Amino acid sequence: MDLVTPLGNEVLELRAGERVHLSGIVYTARDEAHLRMKEEGIPFDPKGAAIYHCGPVIQNQTIIAAGPTTSARMNACSKFLIDRGVKALIGKGGMGREVAEQLFGRGVYLAFTGGCAALAASRMQLKGVYFEDLGMAEAVWAIELDQLPLVVGIDSHGGDLFDRVMRRASMRFRKMRQPKAGL
Amino acid sequence: MAETAGTALFEAIARSTATAIKRAEIEMPPDVLACLRCAVASERNEIARQELHNICANIEEAKRRQIPICQDTGVMVVYLTLPPEIPFSAQLSDAIAEGVARATVDVPLRPNVVDPIARHNTGTNTGQGMPAIHVQPGDRMTVTIIPKGAGSENVSRIAMLLPSQQNEIIRFVAETMLLAGGKPCPPVVLGVGIGSTFDGVAALAKEALLQPIDEMDPFEQAICDAVNRLEIGPMGLGGTTTALAVKVKKADCHTASLPVAVNVQCWACRRATETIEVP
Repeated sequence: MDLVTPLGNEVLELRAGERVHLSGIVYTARDEAHLRMKEEGIPFDPKGAAIYHCGPVIQNQTIIAAGPTTSARMNACSKFLIDRGVKALIGKGGMGREVAEQLFGRGVYLAFTGGCAALAASRMQLKGVYFEDLGMAEAVWAIELDQLPLVVGIDSHGGDLFDRVMRRASMRFRKMRQPKAGL
Repeated sequence: MAETAGTALFEAIARSTATAIKRAEIEMPPDVLACLRCAVASERNEIARQELHNICANIEEAKRRQIPICQDTGVMVVYLTLPPEIPFSAQLSDAIAEGVARATVDVPLRPNVVDPIARHNTGTNTGQGMPAIHVQPGDRMTVTIIPKGAGSENVSRIAMLLPSQQNEIIRFVAETMLLAGGKPCPPVVLGVGIGSTFDGVAALAKEALLQPIDEMDPFEQAICDAVNRLEIGPMGLGGTTTALAVKVKKADCHTASLPVAVNVQCWACRRATETIEVP
């Protein structure tokens, strides 16, 4: 499915494991930006917005590298964004149970391939910046995406692909017979 | 040998170190590329195929634009081989550190090295005991760089097994990936050290990552198959490609010990070697 920000209720139809392409403006935010937005308010319209967990490398107003960072670090500080109307969180590695519950009926978590900083940058254009005093990695950058390929990691129905994969992996590990070392 | 900054040998080492870092950060070794392409061909899970496709496209884009493959440019692990006529000295370490600091500005690299408690960033990717330098005897002078990211390093493990627990080795490696899940950015390469001592086995596991990964012996293949049966898949999103390869390095050990270490490496299995022309 092709998605364009600002997002609407179309994201509520997505299911974990579905592949999407996202276009339009997204806002980067890591730990420090979340704390600042919680204290001082969100500097952009959060309704239908998408947050990208990313600390980009920017040189001369150009995005050099912009791969996803580990989303789980933002587990405890994402609720206020979802409460204010943010419809998609983007990052790598998935998020905790509490975030899956907060997204229920309201939004989705989209996964982008870890380490793919150059590929991401090739689909991006820089549009603006907030909280630049936080430094390059922690500032909120407004970035226009052109068809970034993503996977729905957590849907708005409680479906969580990461959780599903790891439950199955645990089951397979328990069943693993003891193989001969064969040294 | 009194190599101080500015002498010919110091310059040659610093320059070659910086060159090796730049190449390691920007261009994927051909054996790793071959393994990723094999994985694209054999993977049946559609999500996993897209992840692998993204990884291959990212590698091409980094090469085309001459920028680092991943924004976590890592900390530098350095392997230096020295011919008999050149003894190791503190000045050689200084020359390598100078090369790391230069590459930090030139590539550029993300400054990742901090004080472990105060967390103050040195800004140069050098510091006390950093970069980690391992010296080996050789017939030529070479410098090999492994830039090591934190996501995969943080889920690496060590076990002091008992001599009777040989059959536990494969299980321990598989369990390491089960605990790691998608955190180390799979598909991973696993460096496995077996034998030596508590400190030595960790070094073996990292040295195992220096070997080309497009060939595995039957034991390495057996471990790799066990890990891939977990179906954690690229980025923990499911699929049969959890490990691209497993490489094992062994050393003898105490009759009462069986040390095992697993050094986890993300898909960006970066390494490069430069020969240093001794002036």
